[in-house]
Amino acid sequence: MSTTIVTARRAFDDSFTIERALATGAYEGLKKALSMTPEAVCAEVDAASLLGRGGAGFPAGRKWSMLRKNPTTYLVINGDESEPATFKDHYLIERDPHQLVEGVIIAAYALQVTQAFIFIRGEFALGLERVTQAINEAYAHGALGRNIFGSGFSLDLVVHPGAGAYICGEETALLESLEGKRGFPRIKPPFFPAAIGLYGEPTVVNNVETVSNLPWIVSNGGAAFAALGEGRSTGTRLFALSGDVERPGVFEVEMVKSTFRDLIERPELGGGVRGGKAVKAIIPGGVSAPWFFPEDLDTPLGQDEVAAKNSMLGSGSIVVMDETRCMVRAAWRITKFFSRESCGQCTPCREGSGWLERVLYRLEHGGGRMEDVDLLLDLCDNIAPGLTWPPQQTTICVLGPSIPSSIHSAISRFREEFIAHVHDGGCRHGR
Amino acid sequence: MSHFSPALRAKAEATVALYPKKRSALIPLCHLAQGQDGYLTEAAMVEIGELCEVTAAEVRGTATFYDMLHTDPVGKYVVGICTNIACMLAGGDDLLEHAEQRLGCAVGGTTTDGLFTLEETECLADCDIAPCVQVNHRFVRTTTPEALDALLDELAAGGRVDEIPSHGTLIRVERTVGLQVPKDVIAEERAAAGAAQAARMEGSK
Ligand SMILES: Cc1cc2nc3c(=O)[nH]c(=O)nc-3n(C[C@H](O)[C@H](O)[C@H](O)COP(=O)(O)O)c2cc1C
Ligand code: SF4
Ligand code: FES
Repeated sequence: MSTTIVTARRAFDDSFTIERALATGAYEGLKKALSMTPEAVCAEVDAASLLGRGGAGFPAGRKWSMLRKNPTTYLVINGDESEPATFKDHYLIERDPHQLVEGVIIAAYALQVTQAFIFIRGEFALGLERVTQAINEAYAHGALGRNIFGSGFSLDLVVHPGAGAYICGEETALLESLEGKRGFPRIKPPFFPAAIGLYGEPTVVNNVETVSNLPWIVSNGGAAFAALGEGRSTGTRLFALSGDVERPGVFEVEMVKSTFRDLIERPELGGGVRGGKAVKAIIPGGVSAPWFFPEDLDTPLGQDEVAAKNSMLGSGSIVVMDETRCMVRAAWRITKFFSRESCGQCTPCREGSGWLERVLYRLEHGGGRMEDVDLLLDLCDNIAPGLTWPPQQTTICVLGPSIPSSIHSAISRFREEFIAHVHDGGCRHGR
Repeated sequence: MSHFSPALRAKAEATVALYPKKRSALIPLCHLAQGQDGYLTEAAMVEIGELCEVTAAEVRGTATFYDMLHTDPVGKYVVGICTNIACMLAGGDDLLEHAEQRLGCAVGGTTTDGLFTLEETECLADCDIAPCVQVNHRFVRTTTPEALDALLDELAAGGRVDEIPSHGTLIRVERTVGLQVPKDVIAEERAAAGAAQAARMEGSK
């Protein structure tokens, strides 16, 4: 049986209740943390080598250490989860809100913050209710508020609902939104809100899954966490598997020890490609990631391992597309998403995404021209010069330079499919 | 005269008090207002502006950035169907087309009886039960045309009100505690805790 950390309460239908949480060890990690110095808690997280689970994979311990010199003012948890086909934070928020709350309190103690916020995507009505309930219960239990468990440490925690905008997942846009403004990403530098964050004060932003690991790390020690996985990818990770598989879902697996093939094919995981078909393409880490193909299936599920193949593990979402799927349509739909969600501040992103979407639309629906294929690549090159991976940054945030990934992947591999769309006056595949 | 009901006004004031700066409550208050009126009325935006100490124009300018905030009336039930990548692979476009026919309105439109508004959504982070459908931001998990029709019938007949409140009501669990940690007491408490910890460590040596 493999180790489960953040889904340890998976077997219980009532995992979100305080009764079940307490019966299965909730807030024990917090008690242990409070018996240690904040520095010692930071040291455990450093030893765990916990990489951020929000997409960029930045070590949590390092991020925190940028603040140790500064008096941190705020801690903000990112539960905006809107990257297409990513649904692991949704699972953690609804199914284990006490683990999340406990993780936030531990992080706040380590950083000596006295007010923290959990930003939750507005579309998660049930999740918002469950976390609000968990926070109420945590106050009543003595785990929040003044003098937590008699330790002298005090913290207020507020759950903040989003209102529907993908871009608010970008941490500086999230802070703008939390300040009651439109979700416009801030100009960098500073590269981290650690320097200038909420209300201009130093702020740490961490993902839901990142902090959900903290109760286990404190209880079991950073070394035990680091013993799982390999290299820089330690511990376990949640993967959200969707698309053409028999058993789509959220799976917790040890980092690096399994491959994409294992995740897709093992009976207790993805259960194989639906209907026994063959894999045509895989989106390995959210729609910002360059695609994988059948020859990449044996790549281990680790951050550096995927980066070595010029893509990214990103948000932990994996979409499988079988041999019957139309790649023009897939690229079009992803580009339509970016076009819809671009905040509009930067011209290459705002104009580029709309233009790309229109060209892909006409290829897919009829009316495409032979020169469109190169036009697409040319437009992509304007947004992310050289079409390298990782992409060149031409815009305020990385949404813009992420747009070319799917288009470039699809054309590089399936150019003839694009050409066929021109000849056929649209798509032969149907939907 | 307050546009918010007395109970809502009290809840709005308690919400503002949770933030270091009042403007941070702007979006939560927009949700509260939608809970009362179903959408963001002019009067509500004025009142939110007053509570957050910004102009009503700033409230509107902010609210219109966000998909969930509606400055025009919507149906009692907003039905959102996802057509993003995972749902597209599971037939999201067909389900959306079916819903258009069934409701007799296009995406973005509202049925003539004012009951349903239909939206095409981006990924709702529930991609393993695809295509994903939400009604008033509740995951209803009706992935087939038949299941969707049955749900719409049930809602039209006044069913499932406990599970799916009318549009705008978002968080039905009330926060029971205000802020417990006033900034001025913190400094004192911190110093005391620091001294206590130092003493403990001294003692354990
Ligand atoms: C366009 C865009 C969308 C993002 N969406 C999310 C998101 O939904 N959730 C998340 O945790 N991080 C998201 N991120 C990453 C955050 O900016 C940030 O790196 C992360 O929340 C930090 O947490 P971590 O270090 O614990 O991973 C997004 C980044 C970009 C550029
Ligand atoms: S890159 Fe796109 S989403 Fe990001 S700030 Fe610029 S316009 Fe907005
Ligand atoms: S792609 Fe539809 S819910 Fe995620």
